[in-house]
Amino acid sequence: MDTTVEKKYTFKDFSSDQEVRWCPGCDDYVILRAMQKALPEMGVKKEDVVFISGIGCSSRFPYYMDTYGMHSIHGRAPAIATGTKLANPDLSVWVITGDGDSMAIGGNHFIHALRRNVDLNIILFNNEIYGLTKGQFSPTSVVGQKTKSSPYGNTQPPFSAGELAIGAQARFFARIGGNTPKEMTQLFIEAEKFKGTSLIEVMQNCPIFNDGCYDEFTDKAVRADKQLFVEHGKPMVFGKERDKGLVLKGLKLEVVTIGENGVTEDDILVHDAKEPDPTLHQMLVRMYYPKVTGIIRSFDDVTLEERKNDQIGAVKANSKFSVTDDLFFSGDTYEVE
Amino acid sequence: MATTKTNHQQETLEAVIIRFVGDSGDGMQLTGTQFSDTSAMFGNDIATFPNYPAEIRAPQGSLYGVSGFQVHIGSVEISTPGDEVDLLVAMNPAGLKTNLHAVKPGHTIIVDTDAFTKKNLEKAQYESNPLEDGSLENYQVIEVTMTSLTKETLKDVEGLDNKSITRSKNMFALGMVYWMYDRSTDHTIDFFKKKFSSKPHLIEANTKVLNTGYYFAETLELIPNSYTVAPAKMASGTYRIIMGNTATAWGFLAASEKCGLDLFLGSYPITPASDILHELAKHQHFGVKTFQAEDEIAGITSAIGASFAGSLALTTTSGPGLALKGEALGLAMMIEMPLVVVNVQRGGPSTGLPTKTEQSDLLQTLYGRNGESPIIVIAASTPSNCFDFAYEASKLTLEYMTPVVLLTDGYIANGSAPWKIKSVKDMPEINNNIIQVAKENWHPYDRDEKTLARSWALPGTPGLEHRVGGLEKDRVSGNVSYVPDNHEYMVNIRAEKIKRAQNSIPELVPEFADEGDLLVIGWGGTYGSLYSSIKHLREEGIKTIGFAHFNYINPLPKNTVEVLKRFKKIVVCELNSGQFAKVLKLNFNDFDILQFNKIQGLPFGNEELVQKFKQLLK
Repeated sequence: MDTTVEKKYTFKDFSSDQEVRWCPGCDDYVILRAMQKALPEMGVKKEDVVFISGIGCSSRFPYYMDTYGMHSIHGRAPAIATGTKLANPDLSVWVITGDGDSMAIGGNHFIHALRRNVDLNIILFNNEIYGLTKGQFSPTSVVGQKTKSSPYGNTQPPFSAGELAIGAQARFFARIGGNTPKEMTQLFIEAEKFKGTSLIEVMQNCPIFNDGCYDEFTDKAVRADKQLFVEHGKPMVFGKERDKGLVLKGLKLEVVTIGENGVTEDDILVHDAKEPDPTLHQMLVRMYYPKVTGIIRSFDDVTLEERKNDQIGAVKANSKFSVTDDLFFSGDTYEVE
Repeated sequence: MATTKTNHQQETLEAVIIRFVGDSGDGMQLTGTQFSDTSAMFGNDIATFPNYPAEIRAPQGSLYGVSGFQVHIGSVEISTPGDEVDLLVAMNPAGLKTNLHAVKPGHTIIVDTDAFTKKNLEKAQYESNPLEDGSLENYQVIEVTMTSLTKETLKDVEGLDNKSITRSKNMFALGMVYWMYDRSTDHTIDFFKKKFSSKPHLIEANTKVLNTGYYFAETLELIPNSYTVAPAKMASGTYRIIMGNTATAWGFLAASEKCGLDLFLGSYPITPASDILHELAKHQHFGVKTFQAEDEIAGITSAIGASFAGSLALTTTSGPGLALKGEALGLAMMIEMPLVVVNVQRGGPSTGLPTKTEQSDLLQTLYGRNGESPIIVIAASTPSNCFDFAYEASKLTLEYMTPVVLLTDGYIANGSAPWKIKSVKDMPEINNNIIQVAKENWHPYDRDEKTLARSWALPGTPGLEHRVGGLEKDRVSGNVSYVPDNHEYMVNIRAEKIKRAQNSIPELVPEFADEGDLLVIGWGGTYGSLYSSIKHLREEGIKTIGFAHFNYINPLPKNTVEVLKRFKKIVVCELNSGQFAKVLKLNFNDFDILQFNKIQGLPFGNEELVQKFKQLLK
């Protein structure tokens, strides 16, 4: 397939004529616009882009994109997208999902998509709540959280999306705040470039049912001090003054201040997203403070469709069957006069 | 191999039923398959049915570990594997105990007496040895020390361990049966040569045992006659023996080649459907993509995703799996996407009887989804026509843009029969609704006037970007719509589309009689049993009985009511408690529809059907 793109797109080319119906102030608008801005930068043809979603607020997303799309059923988008990508590997296939869609009802499809490494891009809108069903706790809600279905506090310990994903062999995992569109746009572009399943977790604020759940990390006033935005090959430095960083002490990551206790920038760990061993990536994902954002893991590996297509190619090359007649009339046949 | 006969008498038979039974590790399936293949190549019509336990290797010698294979061969038309057997080959006491009831009185039983040890008799819960206590006096028992003879035969063959030696005793039995029924051993020896091409000592060993069994039977005075079953009169052409599940898989291969769309199978292993996955996984040379999914739901949803991208997509399952697929099947119906679901029915409910046959998923298939969600439902009726109905399911799904469920069952899926091979070039054309080039004012729910199928735009086609989904759609634009009138319109038009498929399916043609006293109705896998018992009555001179067998369940053939009208009584025979009878009553409430049901995990037997029909004709 010819992948060169002659036509130059703008974000308008990816906006459908449908009225967007999320609640005012929802981070979903930020994600939508970031996607519409990222797509023209990706070098893919509009007709080759497919968005597949499950059920939930986030899953209305495909209706607002002027691309091919399917708003499917709860939790199943990764399995549908796997079929789409296997059937036509030339497509750019995106899965839009939420925390309940991907980690509760669709948990099985989510982990198996990551394990198989199909070249999909999964955008996980994690707002730690069920929005569309009006405010029940989700598999990422914190213990003690009071919701409609946990009036005395949530008693179920949550999943960490990144921990679960890397445990399921995710090759690409990135995390980003729902209020940082510039970085988000860039991550979407990087996810498309990556060959394999890319998972981007957006810490997405739900202004109605879980307002402010990420404020301690994402609020503009504290963001620089509370978030570490990692980049491959660069030291893991953060803070308004860029004076804080991570070092490894024994089996734990520790925050240090450059210039204190003899710590210099050379002591700070350099981020290696491409390291196959996920140990350090898991530690980064698990950190509560600072909240690590950016591309935490990006390890190149063979994709499922590459394995399958290579196998089909090899089988075809060695087969004595080219049309079904060859098969049907082969082996133990006999004639009746 | 010597072809001269000794002075034993040879008797000619029209048909013979043989059952091989033994431990699940005794190789009974292989023995039976060899005998049936050889007979088919000789020109007999055949039908076979394997019967094996759910356990892969049940404890040796146990009653529930018995594995069997029945074959019915004839110089006449054979439509079932048959009920009572003329010859039972029992490799152990458990096999004898569990199968003796099926042997016709006075007929022959071959046993391996070496297996009738105290321990094995206890495991089979025999209080005394049936070979000694006179309990088999109504049968002609041929006692053979098969294990010892096999060991003796192989004592000089090098490179064999004890296990491979004892395991080849099934070939001794096969050799004996080949002689008894005047069959050549050539096909089986060729089979050894292919199967063991890298292990010449196994070719030698198996050939030796097979030949020893053959000569042993020839010289054994216990065997009074040998028999011959002449070739059957069958339409001329090239044939092969095919199992139902294989025929199903091949029907899809043929459809994929004809329509030019790649075949995609998303599936999760389940008995008795897994063989379709196994078969298609072998044929990647045709570009087939098989995807073993993480569960039943991912099996169907990956197929929906592949269909969205333009593949001929299918998923295969059995009853419990269909229950899990229900919601996704509703999605495929709602987005009007081509998709074939094969349900190889087994005994239910719940886990039920996984290795036994039943027709109890009909109502689930027709109605087991939320909302108003009609789909096309068809059913294959013989092992070999699984090919035709897999092909037909593919044709209908692409032509009508709706999911199609193909129902088969464990009985025809695992049974095998001769198949007059069909070439793709002789199969009917398959149209599709793909729109290749964008045009002004195109909408995804634009419909074909005749079929009402919606237009199908594939990702990758410039200018036709659109969204589909499970929410109700505006009848024109295809955008989400909650407008009340629009919803009713869409529900009606989706139902009307399924009804229009009547224009593409053949009319019902009753067999044996166009009108009369009794119309026997069946559907799906019971065809062979019903056909042969009605034929039996016809041969007794009863001419007022007709037979209407349904392969198309939804929609029903257009002329169904006209056929029903022409008979005084109607009886619907099915392996459930009356599901198709319910469907007919719902559609045609002017008729008194009688039922004959069996829910034992077993096919209908000839005798019970004949009795029932005679009683209804009184």
